[in-house]
Amino acid sequence: MIEFKNVYKDYGQNHALKGISFKVEKGEILGFLGPNGAGKSTALNILTGYLSATAGEAFVDGISIFENPIAAKKLIGFLPEMPPLYPEMKVEEYLNFVYDLKGCTLSRKQHINDVCGVVKLSHVKNRLIKNLSKGYKQRVGIAQALIGNPKVLVFDEPTVGLDPKQIIEIRNLVKELGKEHTIILSTHILPEVQQVCSRVVVINEGLIVADESIETLTEALEGTRRHVAKICGPEQDVIKLLRSLPALKGADIIGRQDANSVSYLIESDEKIDARVPLFNALAAKGYALIGLEGVDMSLEDVFVRLVSNKEKKTEGRRR
Amino acid sequence: MFAIYKRELKAYFISPIGYLFVGNFLAVSGLLFSICTLQQQESSSVSNYFRYLIYAFAILLPLLTMKSLSEERKTKSEQLLMTSPVSISGMIMGKYFASLTVFTAVLLCNSLNFLLLEKFGDPNGRLIISNLICLFFIGALFLAVGMFFSSLTEDPLVSAIGSMDAIFVMLAVNFLSDITIPWLKKIVDFISVLSRYEPFTYGILDITSIIYYVSIAAVFIFFTVRVYERRRWA
Repeated sequence: MIEFKNVYKDYGQNHALKGISFKVEKGEILGFLGPNGAGKSTALNILTGYLSATAGEAFVDGISIFENPIAAKKLIGFLPEMPPLYPEMKVEEYLNFVYDLKGCTLSRKQHINDVCGVVKLSHVKNRLIKNLSKGYKQRVGIAQALIGNPKVLVFDEPTVGLDPKQIIEIRNLVKELGKEHTIILSTHILPEVQQVCSRVVVINEGLIVADESIETLTEALEGTRRHVAKICGPEQDVIKLLRSLPALKGADIIGRQDANSVSYLIESDEKIDARVPLFNALAAKGYALIGLEGVDMSLEDVFVRLVSNKEKKTEGRRR
Repeated sequence: MFAIYKRELKAYFISPIGYLFVGNFLAVSGLLFSICTLQQQESSSVSNYFRYLIYAFAILLPLLTMKSLSEERKTKSEQLLMTSPVSISGMIMGKYFASLTVFTAVLLCNSLNFLLLEKFGDPNGRLIISNLICLFFIGALFLAVGMFFSSLTEDPLVSAIGSMDAIFVMLAVNFLSDITIPWLKKIVDFISVLSRYEPFTYGILDITSIIYYVSIAAVFIFFTVRVYERRRWA
């Protein structure tokens, strides 16, 4: 349904995309994951025809966005990072404008009512967009993407800036929409991808670093528990002790936080609670454990894990 | 294109900008009309009034176009237009024709002033109509200039000042028409907006001048489209 073929994008000397290629099959919800500035928005802006590529090709249902942009754009509903709204318009008036803009042929009233129903906007249809909350504005943005019932939906960071309740609602909505549409969901939030998507493409510094099923991503995330421990004691002795503990998979020095203590990153198997053996071992040596905090994996960690998992699998296959 | 035209037209009168433009236009033109015709007790020649009105266009018309594209760029709502199945030229033309419609409507309202002259004097109808037609085309040209400057910046104020300056330069070229170097005078007369206005002051509907105004407006619209195309490729 969607295909990127070796797409490059340069902004002057800055190479935003360095030859990315991936496919999205019909009915898939693809998570487009990457840290801020990785090139996610640039790729999506190219796919939706807002930007042109320096080189490469992009297709929507076999139609080239560069050669036949009008036909390709008819197949896409796009919610950019900042919803493209006109604050001075009422919700219904705005959706009517989008209906005209997209040259829809569906029954106007019925279709707009249906879209408002899906994104739960029916009760605010007659309100000015500028008076709506951020969550509702986001819904209006999603509604405009749904107008014309396009085959492909592209959402660029749809949950940024929303409160937790709104985030859950929008994620559920995207999931629901995935039953009838092919979706690309761009985000830098890991759990979002795990909850909503069926496949994940990870982009970093303009390159695709992983293209995996959601199971592989989950596998990469699971299995390891991580803590930051603040310990008083001689740095080299403490790290030696930590590395010798059978309950721990690994330990690294993060750095000295204050005059008395040093912070260490410790990793243990998810099935083992390493806190008690850690405490006992430190107490036996007379080192004080003055802080212990669980930490989530960063996106960078996931990239490393995904890439190294991939390499291990490739090596395994070779053997 | 029609959807954009309709929205833009509505947008002028949802925000204060449309009312400010209409109010200021009618106030300035009314004042000029009063000074140039009523107070002069002169109803047969109205060319001075029209000439001053062209100068007033330099300040008034950029008010109409200053937000057209710059505001969309600032608020990122242009992403909706540019990712919809509408061409860039369709988007620009939709916006341009909306501003032209407001301008034409105000120009027509303004021409009601001449009914006063009709009642109390003996105005030359042919002269007035040819002047109004010329003013329409000059206005269309200035709006295209304004549209171009609006595409260059995110700031409506910068867009307005830029287009005011450009229009003033286009009008100021006329001051060079007094020079005695024949070849330079020929060039100045050819490119000057005001020199091309002269035939209309005698009631002559000069088609070459109209073609000139339309062509220059088309060039500025083309440049505006190119600005957008270039930004997509940049």
